[in-house]
Amino acid sequence: MRARPPPVKPGGATRGEEMHQDWIWGLVGGAMIGAAAALYLLVNGRVLGASGILGGLVDNSGRKSRAERIAFLAGLVAVPPLLVPLYRVVDTHASTNPAILIAAGLLVGLGTRLANGCTSGHGVCGISRFSLRGITATAFYLIGGGLALVVARHLLGWI
Amino acid sequence: MRYLSAFLAGGLFGAGLLVAGMVDTTKVQGWLDVFGRWEPTRACGMAAAVGGMGPGWGLAARRERAALGLPMPGDFPKLVDRNLVLGSLLFGAGWGLAGLCPGPAMGALSFGGWPVALFVAAMIAGMWLAVPARALLARLDGARTENDA
Repeated sequence: MRARPPPVKPGGATRGEEMHQDWIWGLVGGAMIGAAAALYLLVNGRVLGASGILGGLVDNSGRKSRAERIAFLAGLVAVPPLLVPLYRVVDTHASTNPAILIAAGLLVGLGTRLANGCTSGHGVCGISRFSLRGITATAFYLIGGGLALVVARHLLGWI
Repeated sequence: MRYLSAFLAGGLFGAGLLVAGMVDTTKVQGWLDVFGRWEPTRACGMAAAVGGMGPGWGLAARRERAALGLPMPGDFPKLVDRNLVLGSLLFGAGWGLAGLCPGPAMGALSFGGWPVALFVAAMIAGMWLAVPARALLARLDGARTENDA
C-alpha cells in the first residue's frame, strides 16, 4: 500500500486525524455561520434563514426585498467555490439516484415553507434567541431526519 | 450598500457551511443517523453557530434599528402550530434522505454537479407547492385563517 501524502485540510486526512480535525473545522465553520447571521441581523436588520430568503422569491411573498434576497443568494452560491481550491477534495457525496434527489428536494422545499424555516432560520437564529418555535422545529426536523434514515437506510436499504 | 452586505453575509454563510462540512452529505447523514455509525461532530458546528449568533441577538435587543436603518425584526410568531411541526417533520425526512438542507444545497450548487442541481430544482418546486398545500391545510381546518408568515 502506498503511503498517502500528509493531509493539508479536512477531506484528505486519515481516520483518526479526520475526526480530530472535524471538531475544529466544525467549530470554525459554525462560528463563521453565526457571524454571518449576526452580520445580516445587525447590518441589514434581517433574519438569516436560507429557506425563507429563497422561498420569498419563489412564491413572491418577499417582493419588497427581492434585490436584497438575490444579493444574499448570489453570495451564498458564488463565494464557496472560491474556497474550494484550498481543499484537496470537496465532495458532497450526494446520492446519484434521481428519484431520491427529487423526493428529498420536494420534501425539503415543501416542509421548510410550511414550517417557515430550516436549519439556519429555526436552528441557528431561533435557538440562539431561545425561541420556542425554533427549538420545536429543530427537534422535529431532527426526528424526521432520524426516522428517514432508519426507514430508508436500515429498513429498506434505499440509501 | 444593503446589497453588498447581503452578498457578504451570504458569502460568509456559504463559506462557513463549507468549512463546517455541512455540504458533505455523508457527514450530515452520519449525524442524523443515530441508529447507524453516529457521527456527533456536526453538532459542534451547530453549537458554534448558535453560540456565535447569541451575542448578535443581544446587541440587536439594545438597538431599535439595524446599521442600515431598517427596524430590527421583532414580533416573531410565538405559536407552535400544526404547520410548524408537520413542515419540520417533512423537511427533516427530506434532509435525512439526501443529506442536504437549503443553505448547503445552494452553497454547493457550483461544485456539486447535477445531483445538487436536481435537488435544488426539486426544492424550488416543493417551495412552490407549499402555497397550495398551505391553502389546502387551511381549508381542512375550516374557516381558521393561517397567517403564519
